[in-house]
Amino acid sequence: MSLDVAKIKLDFPILERKVHDKRLVYLDSASSSEKPTAVLDAMDHLYRTSYANVHRGVYTIADESTQAYEAARAKVARFIKARQTEEIVFVRNATEAINLVAYTWGRTNLHEGDVVVLSEMEHHANIVPWLMLAEERGIVLRWIPLTADFRLDLTSIGELLRGAKLLAITAMSNVLGTINDIGPLARAAHAAGALVLVDASQAAPHLSIDVQDWDADFVAITAHKMLGPSGIGALWARRELLEAMPPFLGGGEMIRDVRKDGFTTNDVPWKFEAGTPAIAEAIGFGAAVEYLEALGMDDVRSHEVELTRYTLDALDDRLGEKITIYGPRDVAVRGGAISFLFEGIHAHDISQVLDEDAVCVRAGHHCAKPLMRVLGVPATTRASFYVYNDQADADALVEALAKAEKFFAP
Amino acid sequence: MPGLEDLYREIILDHYRSPRNRGELPTPPAHKSEGFNPLCGDEVVLYLVVEGDKVVDVKIGGQGCSISQASTSMMSAAVKGKTLAEARQLISAFKALMSIHESKLEGESDGADLQAELDGVALGDLEALQGVVKFPVRIKCATLAWNTLQQGLDEVSVPS
Ligand SMILES: Cc1ncc(COP(=O)(O)O)c(C=O)c1O
Repeated sequence: MSLDVAKIKLDFPILERKVHDKRLVYLDSASSSEKPTAVLDAMDHLYRTSYANVHRGVYTIADESTQAYEAARAKVARFIKARQTEEIVFVRNATEAINLVAYTWGRTNLHEGDVVVLSEMEHHANIVPWLMLAEERGIVLRWIPLTADFRLDLTSIGELLRGAKLLAITAMSNVLGTINDIGPLARAAHAAGALVLVDASQAAPHLSIDVQDWDADFVAITAHKMLGPSGIGALWARRELLEAMPPFLGGGEMIRDVRKDGFTTNDVPWKFEAGTPAIAEAIGFGAAVEYLEALGMDDVRSHEVELTRYTLDALDDRLGEKITIYGPRDVAVRGGAISFLFEGIHAHDISQVLDEDAVCVRAGHHCAKPLMRVLGVPATTRASFYVYNDQADADALVEALAKAEKFFAP
Repeated sequence: MPGLEDLYREIILDHYRSPRNRGELPTPPAHKSEGFNPLCGDEVVLYLVVEGDKVVDVKIGGQGCSISQASTSMMSAAVKGKTLAEARQLISAFKALMSIHESKLEGESDGADLQAELDGVALGDLEALQGVVKFPVRIKCATLAWNTLQQGLDEVSVPS
């Protein structure tokens, strides 16, 4: 494998932990990843040495806090190849990033009858904000359907995009693992006059991403899925768009001047960062992307391709007739989230039995209910990989599943 | 640590594999109520036929984990033929069964008041679900059917 996983595991203190006296096998990184010491230390160091509010004090440690916070913004910008650091708005998570776009750009630019195109594999975070606008002002949603092998069915994409104002789409499905080829889609959307929002919550942790190559207008990412802390994420948007958008929340930090009869807004990105931000979390986010860069995103990707192939094959060999996998079989077009149904055993029972062996997998609808309806399944079990997983973890999954089968066998 | 055998007793797995009273009934005369667990997607559909003060027929549908579906099956068998008052007593007894452990953990009570709810109520197979309380995350799976029953009884008791 292209990553030295044995060495990487040592960077994650939680992996030393035992659950029910067994080695922790964490296979739920698509939901949230574990954190390396580098991230924990960066946050701890701030609190112990320089912590003060940002952008406010003139004293030394306030300046140090501000510098560290802004340096984190630059690291995140570099990680997704943003042209300008000021194009990164710190938010709480991807959900807030998408809502920010819906509230500010959406409420300025979308009116009754305007079309937003989504795909059937979106997370609720990239559905509900648009449904809210549909309820509030009658925008119309169109959905890109799926093919039989769980990819986007682009046969009618021209029609779907015709007259649309926005294409809002995930770069990688958190359920199917499917990777969507954003570049060509974005160019088709632009040709149709639509802007493009990319939900990169799953893509940013696992792929080398380039917002210019994607030709995107808005990109949402969330730190906790990419080795960073929870409570911080980023919205990237082209500067002209950010400049033209009205502010989101009102309060301190986002203003230039406030009088009794009005206010003027701060420059971007601070115009969108009302109130004291998640300072230590932003700094942890910066440390997380540095850690990923040091591993090398190309190696992160090839490690996951190998591990996903290994696991799909192992599941097939051991439990082939019992398991139905929802997601592409071609590892070149998918990430390391593997969703499946186990014949005769409900996803919650599977994950309960796996917990006995300290194997952590997710069971449920994965916040993608429209997709679950398309698939015709109420819930799946999902195992997902990251940089600290290896073949032994995949083997533990397969063994625990075989045990579950025995346990529930009639 | 509680073992899987505490949770998945044989009788529970039996109800899961061969649910009793599965099916549908025409409405009316039956009353249909539905319960959802939005967090995990479990679903219970309940058809009740009440004549006078008696639950004369019950059918169940829905889908979900073994605990939610076994509990639904057991509930259907337990309330069929019971009076409305007896059915309500069963609901209280079952909920007491599910909360004794929790309230002891939280130090709220020694469980004596809950035990009182249980006294004199024959739970039968339902006792097998007691192991669920050792797995707090799963308690809501077991109670879904009973909340749906309560909702159904409330709806049929309202004079329309
Ligand atoms: C594809 C996708 N989009 C959006 C989100 C929402 O992320 P967050 O909860 O951090 O806002 C998730 C996380 O589950 C996701 O997988």
